[in-house]
Amino acid sequence: MNSDNTILIIDDELQMRRLLEITLESNGYNVIEAVSGKEGIKLAASHQPSLIILDLGLPDGSGHSVLKQLREWFTNPIIILSVQSSEDDIVSALDNGANDFLTKPFRTGELLARIRSAMRSNENIEESNSVFESGDLQIDFAARIVKKKDELIKLTVTEYKLISLFAQQSGKVLTHQYLLREIWGPGYINQSQYLRVFVAQLRKKIEDDANRPAFIITEPGVGYRFTTQN
Amino acid sequence: MPHFLLNKLSRPGQVLLSIGLVTLISGICFAFNSFIDYKIVAFILLLSVSFLAVVFDIVPVLIASTLSALIWNFFFIEPRFTFMIHTTEDTVLLSMYFLVAIINGVLTYRMRKIEKMALEKEEKAKTIKLYNTLFNTLSHELKTPITTIIAATDNLKENTKNLTEENKEQLVSEISVASLRLNQQVGNLLNMSRLESGNMTLKKDWCDINELIYSVVNRLEENLRQHHVHISIEKEIPFYKLDYVLIEQVLYNLIYNASIYTPEYSDIFISAKNNSDRTFHLTPSNKENSELTSEINSLMILVEDRGSGFPEDQLEKVFDRFYRLQNTKTGGTGLGLSIVKGFVEAHDGKVLLENVPHGARFTVEIPAEVSFISNLKNE
Repeated sequence: MNSDNTILIIDDELQMRRLLEITLESNGYNVIEAVSGKEGIKLAASHQPSLIILDLGLPDGSGHSVLKQLREWFTNPIIILSVQSSEDDIVSALDNGANDFLTKPFRTGELLARIRSAMRSNENIEESNSVFESGDLQIDFAARIVKKKDELIKLTVTEYKLISLFAQQSGKVLTHQYLLREIWGPGYINQSQYLRVFVAQLRKKIEDDANRPAFIITEPGVGYRFTTQN
Repeated sequence: MPHFLLNKLSRPGQVLLSIGLVTLISGICFAFNSFIDYKIVAFILLLSVSFLAVVFDIVPVLIASTLSALIWNFFFIEPRFTFMIHTTEDTVLLSMYFLVAIINGVLTYRMRKIEKMALEKEEKAKTIKLYNTLFNTLSHELKTPITTIIAATDNLKENTKNLTEENKEQLVSEISVASLRLNQQVGNLLNMSRLESGNMTLKKDWCDINELIYSVVNRLEENLRQHHVHISIEKEIPFYKLDYVLIEQVLYNLIYNASIYTPEYSDIFISAKNNSDRTFHLTPSNKENSELTSEINSLMILVEDRGSGFPEDQLEKVFDRFYRLQNTKTGGTGLGLSIVKGFVEAHDGKVLLENVPHGARFTVEIPAEVSFISNLKNE
């Protein structure tokens, strides 16, 4: 069985599952639920959901190991739920293949936006589009051209590398270490000041207001998320 | 006070020092032996043992008492350089000396013990008082929103017939406000417990101050809608190595306070600048780093409002835990500013509050490693 909008929730809290179920089903998703990591892995295998919401704080502390096991074969997006002030936890979950995270308590609108964005970026990867479009921003990967409001934007080599990395994984949270490694190389993973410079420069070029970014969103202590707009 | 310093010495250290002091004083007395009567020497020695009793434990004091009695007998009582005593008067004197020294030591020691117990009791009472304040404030601050949520949901469940659509919307928005308030209080408590646990590890990384300030202002958009916010950040302000999440919380608390405790449509000024007065240069730790200047400067952030200011005698107190100005609006636990202070001090920085004409100004100063990198633009 493989349906396009089935979401698997792995959370031990009954109240949490109920609320997510109401929210998601009323927004047109099919919901299946697991109360433990073990059950979650089983259901993921039998139902092939298009997205998994995984609570990192499962009682036996198995959130991380469930994530690792799932990522051995499960390629659809995984969004993790976590609690406040656990950036290290979140970073390691993202490094282990989670697409995105939400800290409790979160707003329903935010959750739905993240789900949509994660599912969309998954489609993008499957179709391997050569053009990325979001709001008034256009990136043509084949021609290496970036346009804002139909006007060509001049980018330096590094700026282009950064924006294409962002766009190819839009909706996914990219950690500082990941970005530094991909763009500058493994020797630079502690040199986050480079990243700060180029993110600031890029924002000045592609955002309407660099101080209120709409594309490159900072996730404090974790990394950046490139959001898509409709 | 030296008293406390000496008190911290280990037991063997105390014994050695006691022996040393008694020997030294005896030596001095012995040198002036022809000018000082041996009975006076006894008083001088007794005085030094009494001094030791004030600062040291009982065992070193007893050792000092015994040693000084023996020294007095051996070096000062005739016949000298023997432990023999010929006159009854001297025997009585020596016994009395020994007794007085011991009693003196024991009494002082016991007095100190009682004093210490009283101090501990006082500390305990203080802690209990603090906890009572905590529980009172907390139960109030948590129960108010919880009550709102319960009452609103009860109404929505059981009273649907009599409620207009408008009523229902209002109740739902009350629930929303109450739960956000609950969330904020829990956040404050978590931060406080992080500080109280005493082992906060900072996750320092390069921070873009523009980003930091604007992200807080954007987060507080709702609250700041009724204020005029003026932001001025020094051009070319460097990156600082800070714990982004903590400093963001510091700014959030300061600006949030400014937004709720000042009149509508008043001004709030937020500014940031670099202070390089006390610059330390760091030797780059690796070659990759060598093209960058690496030094310690101070980040200065000012948050100034046009509220009614603070009573002069309470400028220091506002950073205390659970302290709240009298007659202030509800909605605070009195934790916000103590978290500010705690997080800034965790960075070895300091925060200052002063009244300015027409308002109050918070100045945060944080020493941090800075990075001026503007030469990457063409990469």
